Amino acid sequence: MQSRLKTIRWQGIATPLVAVFLALLVGAGFILFVGENPLTAYRILFMESLGSVRNIATTLQRATPLMFAGLAVAFAYRAGLFNIGAEGQLYMGAFAAAWVGFTFTALPRLIHLPLAILAGMIGGALWGAIPGFLKAKLGIHEVINTIMLNFIALYLTDWLATGPFHGGSWVPETARVSASAALARLYPPTRLSSGIYLALLAALIAYLILWKTKQGYELRAVGLNPQAAEYGGINVAKNTIIAMAISGALAGLAGTEQILGLHQRFIVRFSADLGFMGVAVALLGKNHPVGVLLAAILFGALQTGSAAMDRLTSVPRELITIIQALIIFFVAADYLIRRILRMKEEA
Amino acid sequence: MGDILALLFNTAVFGAALRMATPLIFAALGGIFSERSGVVNIALEGMMLMGAFTAMFVSHQTGMPWLGVLGAILAGLLVGLLHAVFCIHYRANQVVVGTAINIFAGGLTVFLLRYYFGAAGTSPSVATIPDITIPLISQIPWIGRIIGRQNPLVYLALIAVVVAHIVIYRTSWGLRLRAVGEHPRAADTVGVNVFRMRYLAVALSGALAGLGGTYLSIAHLSRFSEGMTAGRGFIALAAVIFGKWTPYGALGACLFFGYADALQMRLQDIGIPTQFMNMLPYVLTMVALAGFIGKSVGPKASGQPYIKG
Repeated sequence: MQSRLKTIRWQGIATPLVAVFLALLVGAGFILFVGENPLTAYRILFMESLGSVRNIATTLQRATPLMFAGLAVAFAYRAGLFNIGAEGQLYMGAFAAAWVGFTFTALPRLIHLPLAILAGMIGGALWGAIPGFLKAKLGIHEVINTIMLNFIALYLTDWLATGPFHGGSWVPETARVSASAALARLYPPTRLSSGIYLALLAALIAYLILWKTKQGYELRAVGLNPQAAEYGGINVAKNTIIAMAISGALAGLAGTEQILGLHQRFIVRFSADLGFMGVAVALLGKNHPVGVLLAAILFGALQTGSAAMDRLTSVPRELITIIQALIIFFVAADYLIRRILRMKEEA
Repeated sequence: MGDILALLFNTAVFGAALRMATPLIFAALGGIFSERSGVVNIALEGMMLMGAFTAMFVSHQTGMPWLGVLGAILAGLLVGLLHAVFCIHYRANQVVVGTAINIFAGGLTVFLLRYYFGAAGTSPSVATIPDITIPLISQIPWIGRIIGRQNPLVYLALIAVVVAHIVIYRTSWGLRLRAVGEHPRAADTVGVNVFRMRYLAVALSGALAGLGGTYLSIAHLSRFSEGMTAGRGFIALAAVIFGKWTPYGALGACLFFGYADALQMRLQDIGIPTQFMNMLPYVLTMVALAGFIGKSVGPKASGQPYIKG
């Protein structure tokens, strides 16, 4: 029994590691295809993302929104919900945060910044609660509705930022948020913001909610077996809405951090699939807050290193997108990886 | 008021609607085959993108756009098989694999674009499939102006809808397909090879989505640009649901969405923001799912891996 438990725990870590290894292996094929040396390209990737304090800071800056987005997907997953609507929740949260940031400019920082962050959470939470409500009350699967809401949010914020709240310049963006609502830069000239502390805090809170509260127990019970949970007196409908709202709030924070930390204004289509990368991060992190943080750092490192790899070799930086997709394939097919591992044991 | 009516029933708008609907129709048919077999396909977007790139690439290399069409079908088929292997064989979560394929296709097409054509976000201009005039039909007043002269792929899309309907509802293969998507265990019991049906359906799904992508890069335009599908794979998915998983229903939805797309520039002139027209397919699909315009219910076994037992 003891050894069996150990095997399960070991497999929990082994699957993501094997997946990353396999993805890098296939990625090496792509590097060879363009006529470069995979070892050289990967060495640049590693050095430029983790080789100096400054590079590590950039990696963490890239990782921050992925941490939030990953936590969002993981939180919903624990309650048995597949939130691929993080992208849309992120946009709604981002716009809400930006709106508070550029509207209430007379507020002191001590009130303005928390208020903007809160607005970002509420924006995401409300957008996330919609598919939760539709699932809870009408039984409609959340996947289709979250996909639809992604696009609705994209176009809605596009209209807001180019129509009623257009910043006045020719670029499709709002006015700047005032300094009193901006997150502090921790290590200039890198753009790492104090949003990273918020991300760590969010991971801790997500962990505490899920594993140390009655609410979290109910959410996980619904995730494991909704019929049994209902039978045991847990209100599945209520928990579905709560889970999607919290998940949406976390996704909203991803957008909030990008706006108040990185861009300091709302830019139309700024996200570039951060929400979908959240799916990858959550999967790779085995839907556990600690795993999510680590997976986000890995993805942040890949993205940071890819710019230098692109510059110094003839490998296009999109290699990283391919590798990230491959990681999802391999983690999703852990059935495949478990078989590979077993083969090794038997050999 | 007369102006608005003239705008809404303009033959040029209807013609444009048909063109806008064409890539959606192919991809939606692909979505129907996949979902009918019990495999959720949110990867239509990525499959279209691969098709669009391959069509441009083959046309660029050979100067023969019809070879590009073949190439795109093949590329879509391969991506479909990738989806199938992970979803059916490795029993991976179908939505997760679909997400991975979309990210993969987005990365791979730009990777290849930059490797072959340098840094720009678009490919060079390539040979396209020219429009054709249908002799008698083009003489009919009004209708002739809409469907008399179009791209061959537009006509092919309309034919494909009829063929798909016949295949799904009038052939034994179609019966088996539906059985596998509704009740795989029962289908298996009476001797239907569930795995083979699903592999075929998902591969076909990819081929059709790839064909849809073809229209974008070598018929509608003459080049590939980064992310040029711009959500059309998801609009096609919306059309599948809106059309209640039937070819004719999806055709209606695609034509309607194409019409909304064709109108958006003109409606902008009278004060309706384009973004609102862009949102329309997604909003309507949510409304349809919620049961306000007749309930949309998908194949029962859709999304569940089948484990032979």
